[in-house]
Amino acid sequence: MTVNPPAKWGLRTLAFGYLGLLLLAPVGMIFYKTFESGIGPPVEAMTSPDAVHAIWLTLLMVAVAVPLNTVFGVGCALLLVRHRWKGNALIDAVINLPFAISPVVIGLSLFLLYGTDGWFGPTLAGWGIQVLFSTPGMILASVFVSLPFVVRETVPVLQEIGTEQEQAASTLGANAWQTFWRVTLPAIRWGVAYGVVLTTARVLGEFGAVTIVSGQISGKTETLPLFVGKAFEQFDEGAAYAGAIVLALLALTTLLLMSVGGRKTKAQTNGPIPVTGAVAVSTTKENS
Amino acid sequence: MGISVEGACKRFGDFQALDNVSIDVPDGSLTALLGPSGSGKSTLLRAIAGLEELDAGQVAINGQDATAKPAQKRGVGFVFQHYAAFKHMTVLGNVGFGLRIRKWRKPEVEERVHELLRLVQLDGLADRYPDQLSGGQRQRMALARALAVEPQVLLLDEPFGALDAKVRKDLRAWLRRLHDEMHVTTIFVTHDQEEAMDVAEQLVVMNEGRVEQSGTASDLYEHPANEFVMSFVGEVNRLGEHFVRPHDMDVVLDADERTEQALVQRIVSLGFEIRVEFVLSDGTEVWAQLTRAELQKLELTEGQIVYLRPGQTKSFSGDSPPPDGDGASTPRDRQGNGDAEVTAAA
Repeated sequence: MTVNPPAKWGLRTLAFGYLGLLLLAPVGMIFYKTFESGIGPPVEAMTSPDAVHAIWLTLLMVAVAVPLNTVFGVGCALLLVRHRWKGNALIDAVINLPFAISPVVIGLSLFLLYGTDGWFGPTLAGWGIQVLFSTPGMILASVFVSLPFVVRETVPVLQEIGTEQEQAASTLGANAWQTFWRVTLPAIRWGVAYGVVLTTARVLGEFGAVTIVSGQISGKTETLPLFVGKAFEQFDEGAAYAGAIVLALLALTTLLLMSVGGRKTKAQTNGPIPVTGAVAVSTTKENS
Repeated sequence: MGISVEGACKRFGDFQALDNVSIDVPDGSLTALLGPSGSGKSTLLRAIAGLEELDAGQVAINGQDATAKPAQKRGVGFVFQHYAAFKHMTVLGNVGFGLRIRKWRKPEVEERVHELLRLVQLDGLADRYPDQLSGGQRQRMALARALAVEPQVLLLDEPFGALDAKVRKDLRAWLRRLHDEMHVTTIFVTHDQEEAMDVAEQLVVMNEGRVEQSGTASDLYEHPANEFVMSFVGEVNRLGEHFVRPHDMDVVLDADERTEQALVQRIVSLGFEIRVEFVLSDGTEVWAQLTRAELQKLELTEGQIVYLRPGQTKSFSGDSPPPDGDGASTPRDRQGNGDAEVTAAA
């Protein structure tokens, strides 16, 4: 399809205008507001014990939920793509639940399950494990909401690479484990990486489900998004903006990694970027 | 020794891919599995490699039962039609893969890989990625990768199927020479009868999951066991119950008791060989293969009425491929059996 120049510029302006109005303007405003009176106030706001704890707890969520969902996600994708059976359709549907259900509902369901009257709550309490209003519950909530990303990103890549490379590896003497590490994983690595980045972004920003299960105890069960929310409610706008900036920076780092990974995915679907000259030489050599 | 398959059966849903197939591949030979698509030839090859589990039957490699062994323990080298190159590894990584799995040390792997790359004429390309190679080079890399682990048998699944005609022909000749040097028992699958006859010592013709006949190229061409083999191995005309090769069609200008009237429909020059297409009085279309000299002598023109005298014809009792009686007969039993009746023209 060819688009004439005026229409092309029109479309570009529209795209940029839309993005600018909806994304760049609000984010820009936060930056502006935060640093309105210099770098001092936001730094001070972010070095308070509660803020430091919130940052630490947020990173802990990422550190636990992301590896868990990555291992589960890759395993589940392998199961869905490589071992066809009737139950797959059900698994596939269940994995999408966190996408379909509002995070608040997820939080409530965890509350019901692990609360003092819940199914698991009393038993776990008997063993001295408190899930609600503490870190385990928050991790559960984070894992739940961010569960589908790695699976969803890995499944299509697995389908695309097919099974021949894996079969070739097995005829060359590799067992299932060796085949996975040396052939399958390198071949799907960008799909997995993309899923990991999306998972990270989701866990970083999770508010709804975590709000319900955490109880929002400052300096104890408060992640960065909760810290920002609470500061905003208490008219501590300085702290709210500063927290938002830190969150935005963390998310930005993730997005940056994603776009670097994304660009490499395009160029490296089949290995490194081919050198045009080298390809030309190899074709001519073939005919000699 | 070599490879032997006994009573192999494999079903995919409603499709019977292998129906009681038995073959014997002599040690050190180069054998082609020839057949149309869906004939079961690839399934049989994959079953020998352990990439497909048989519903019934046995596979023995060099006298040892391999039926229950997984692919990784069968000691086979397998080459795929679409190369199955490890795209994230260099040529060195690809070819050395099996050796690294066998815990060879790096310098030894490199030495062996370079040796193999010289053998497949890819020296100097060890640091390239598969994407930087042409199709023919990728397939030779795949072959080197399969040979690296010194397999007991080499299995090639339509190895030249994805390559263009010229490269294919070169690689064929090259595979032939390579086999003469290495003497690894080799089976390769193809649907191209010319390729099979060109490269292989022994051909196994398959159709609808069964072996129709096996033997040397000239055996199959001159003594086809049935209609299927006759028409699959070489060109054929059908005249009622009789089959005749286009080069056994004599074109004459005068009628006698053994000739049939025909209209010259089209004359196609294929270089030295001329293809002349006819329509008989009953509407049957046949063609004859003539040399340029023969054509000039006859002075044929399109639209002319001539007479055809079929030379050597064949007919097969019963309809198409005779059913496999007891199912246990080896393909060799079928070769040149009484079903075929040869009539030589005086």
